[in-house]
Amino acid sequence: MTADSITNTARRQPLAILGLALLALFFVLAVFAPLLAPDNPAAIDLTHRLAAPSAAHWFGTDELGRDILSRIIFGARLSLTVAVSVVGLSLSLGLILGGLAGFYGGVIDTLLNIFLMNAFLALPGILLAIAFVAFLGPGLVNLVLALSIGGWVGYARLVRGQVLAVREREFVEAARALGASDLRIFLRHILPNILQPVIVQAAIGMAGAVLAEATLSFLGLGVPPPTASWGSMLNDARSHLFDSPHMVVFPAIAVMLCVLSFNFLGDALRDYLDPRTRMSIGL
Amino acid sequence: MPLLEATRLTKDYGEVRVVDDVSFVIHRGETLGLVGESGSGKSTIARMVLGLIEPSSGSVSFDGASITGMPQSRLRPLRRRIQPVFQDPYAALNPRMRVLDIVTEPLVIHEGGSRARHRLKASELLRSVGLDDSALPRYPHEFSGGQRQRINIARALALRPEMLVLDEPISALDVSVGAQVVNLLRDLQRDFQLTYLFISHSMPLVRYLSTNIAVLRHGRLVEMGTRDEICDAPRELYTQTLIAATPELRLA
Repeated sequence: MTADSITNTARRQPLAILGLALLALFFVLAVFAPLLAPDNPAAIDLTHRLAAPSAAHWFGTDELGRDILSRIIFGARLSLTVAVSVVGLSLSLGLILGGLAGFYGGVIDTLLNIFLMNAFLALPGILLAIAFVAFLGPGLVNLVLALSIGGWVGYARLVRGQVLAVREREFVEAARALGASDLRIFLRHILPNILQPVIVQAAIGMAGAVLAEATLSFLGLGVPPPTASWGSMLNDARSHLFDSPHMVVFPAIAVMLCVLSFNFLGDALRDYLDPRTRMSIGL
Repeated sequence: MPLLEATRLTKDYGEVRVVDDVSFVIHRGETLGLVGESGSGKSTIARMVLGLIEPSSGSVSFDGASITGMPQSRLRPLRRRIQPVFQDPYAALNPRMRVLDIVTEPLVIHEGGSRARHRLKASELLRSVGLDDSALPRYPHEFSGGQRQRINIARALALRPEMLVLDEPISALDVSVGAQVVNLLRDLQRDFQLTYLFISHSMPLVRYLSTNIAVLRHGRLVEMGTRDEICDAPRELYTQTLIAATPELRLA
């Protein structure tokens, strides 16, 4: 992409650029957290507990005197790790199971779609995740597994529908007439043609995963303390909602901006990847 | 021995009989024109001949070997020898693949070999259908319908097949472009000694390309014979209607 087309895109889709910039910021924070954080996020300093924002602690401190800015920076690490892993895992599951159901149809489709997917769709994802974590105990891996268990069905549904539509197109038939294997037909002919809605869904799914992680951590079912997490920070802040509102405001803003940026990105990708709007952007 | 032999082909979709007891043979180097109105089962016959769908009953054999009832893996050697060109040049090319990859995919599947060799082969193929190397790095949507159909034909020719199944290859094109493609098909048949199953709803086109003609109506063959028999002395009323319905198309 040339510099010219970047400015062009920026003019047409300012929200896309905003989302991208915010995401870039969160990724930098997450990757370089130990370098960027002014303090150790777990360092307890009881003499300065519940301090309001000041030059020493930009975002203030919590009830154990921990620096909120540092905790938010390290929280970005956790949130993004969870979001990427959850989306990666549920997307892989969705691609495989949805792909199988859509590609082969028949009995496989009935088993996967009617029984498995519908069963999972019938259960609310967050309750499923809560049950799963309550059963296996908290921890990063269990958290990711718990959220993926509820998350894969959406991707599988989407992939199945898309595969069903693309499978009937003539170029797939042409590939079959050439003697292409099923795997080749799926990877070379179907997958590239279903990818754009899947990518959009994945970007928006990231937002959902960040929220779900915050929700589980808020309920105390996330990664155990002292690991910093936006959700658990909000939980800590509950009892100080009125005397130390900064404890709520900053983690809440972090969650909001992160979710918003993924949503902006998802919207922008949808516009960008749709060949009709793509023409108008000049690609 | 005929190159292709279809025996009593029948295809049902649920209650509906789409193809009903259709038999024909095509000898090497000949063109059988299969003509009929929309919905008469022409494309279904094409797909059964290609082994893409199974007939409900009846069989197809190619060069003495049966296609019907074979698993896809067993059909692979045969795929090299009989290739399709589909009706809709927009739908038959993967929009996410470059022309180079589209045209050389048959080689990748059947022969392997180096990219350099494929590229050489691709430009040779494109030349034989009247396109040049500048098409190689481009995507299908950058081409007109006629050019796309040429790309389709180039892909079909990549493995040097003996037979092409042409399923209304020009009905999506406008008349002058269609005429060019028809002439290309005729030249290619001469140059590569191809056998054609040419499917169309246009009597003049079928007349121009075919050695034999079969007339299809509601999934049944109503009349079959040499080109001159069908066109000059049609016995069936339906054939006469078809000939009368389409104005004469002058081809250069």
